[in-house]
Amino acid sequence: MTNEGRRTPIRVLIAKPGLDGHDRGAKVLARGLRDEGFEVIYTGLRQTPEMIADAAEQEDVDVVGMSILSGAHMALLPRVVELCRARGMDDVLIAAGGIIPDADVGKLKSAGIAEVFGPGTSIGQIAAYFREHARRARD
Amino acid sequence: MTELPAGLASGERRPLARLLTRIENGDPSLRPLLPELFRAGRGGHLVGVTGPPGSGKSTLVNALIAEWRRAGKRVGILAVDPSSPYTGGAIMGDRIRMMEHAADRDVFMRSMASRGELGGVAGATWLAAAALDAAGFDPIVIETVGAGQSEVEIARLAETTVVVEVPEMGDEVQALKAGLLEVADIIAVNKADRPGADRAARQLRAMLSTAGGRVTREPPPVLMTAATTGEGVAALAEAIERHRSVAREPGMARGRARNQLRRALADLALDRASGGPGWEAAIEAVARHERDPITAAEELLP
Repeated sequence: MTNEGRRTPIRVLIAKPGLDGHDRGAKVLARGLRDEGFEVIYTGLRQTPEMIADAAEQEDVDVVGMSILSGAHMALLPRVVELCRARGMDDVLIAAGGIIPDADVGKLKSAGIAEVFGPGTSIGQIAAYFREHARRARD
Repeated sequence: MTELPAGLASGERRPLARLLTRIENGDPSLRPLLPELFRAGRGGHLVGVTGPPGSGKSTLVNALIAEWRRAGKRVGILAVDPSSPYTGGAIMGDRIRMMEHAADRDVFMRSMASRGELGGVAGATWLAAAALDAAGFDPIVIETVGAGQSEVEIARLAETTVVVEVPEMGDEVQALKAGLLEVADIIAVNKADRPGADRAARQLRAMLSTAGGRVTREPPPVLMTAATTGEGVAALAEAIERHRSVAREPGMARGRARNQLRRALADLALDRASGGPGWEAAIEAVARHERDPITAAEELLP
């Protein structure tokens, strides 16, 4: 509790829901966000929505970012939103990236996914979005 | 507000998670809560786990959690990782090895970034451990990469410190160089399924029985573990449990209290004396070689 260094980093959970085994994108993002000054908690592969929500709750993150390539996004991502909200995490920003067809983006957004980042999105764009939309003023 | 958050004592996750965030952020409104936080402690066993990167600390802690859960214990884990000194960012990956316990309501795990030196990782970690204690977790594990002074400090705050080594690190020269061994209450030679583990354990035992910083104490036990298969993990859990009573002997408790007090005093002095206009002037004076840092520090203290 010192006077210096009061700026508190944004905490982000990066998770891979479902069964696809490719986490290069997630790792590149984790590293990129670290370099942008975020505190990144990486949970690894093959997470259930329950594991992700429980980790987000314990870590009290500002943002949950999920990378999914398997095509199961419509089954898994809204479930994570539901579980997070049920645990009282009303102000946590939940975003997704990976291979998600345009046709599904609207549905995901109405299910509570704040933004969907497709292939080719730069880390800088994602970092800027998180900085702008993550809850900062907290009780 | 001088009351602890509602739901903390009954072990609810969200109030605890929020409290930990305030602790990490150095929230000044926590100050009046501290006496109550420490009074609410329930005597959970504070276990430090440290060792070089890649020695398998997280996997070993994961195996210990499983062991403790079988015994019906509620386990708290603080995994501390370094922040980048350049960007302030951090990647914390200790959860990868522990996700199987993520949904277990009786396991609470928190990743903490060290966030620079001022105010100190040790200070925040100690408070975070106190919060887990007030929430009824026992044991409480603090996992750190054994790579620097702050990690050794964290180890000094723990009641029982387990240093995790790997067979390749076990040769005598490395052992002598590693100051970490001096803070060890228990040494786990992990990855014991690899060649050379026996030899490494033997050399460590021989080295520790003849030398080292701790003349007043028995040399720490050297155990062999293979976290991925679970081999030796039950014996390690037993050794940790046995050490609990040793750690609570009056002399040991006083030693830890001395370290805590030293740390708190240093933080407080820094907090009170830094940041103001005198601080900037002192930095200038030292930078220009007009003042030596010790005299400048003396002048800053009220």
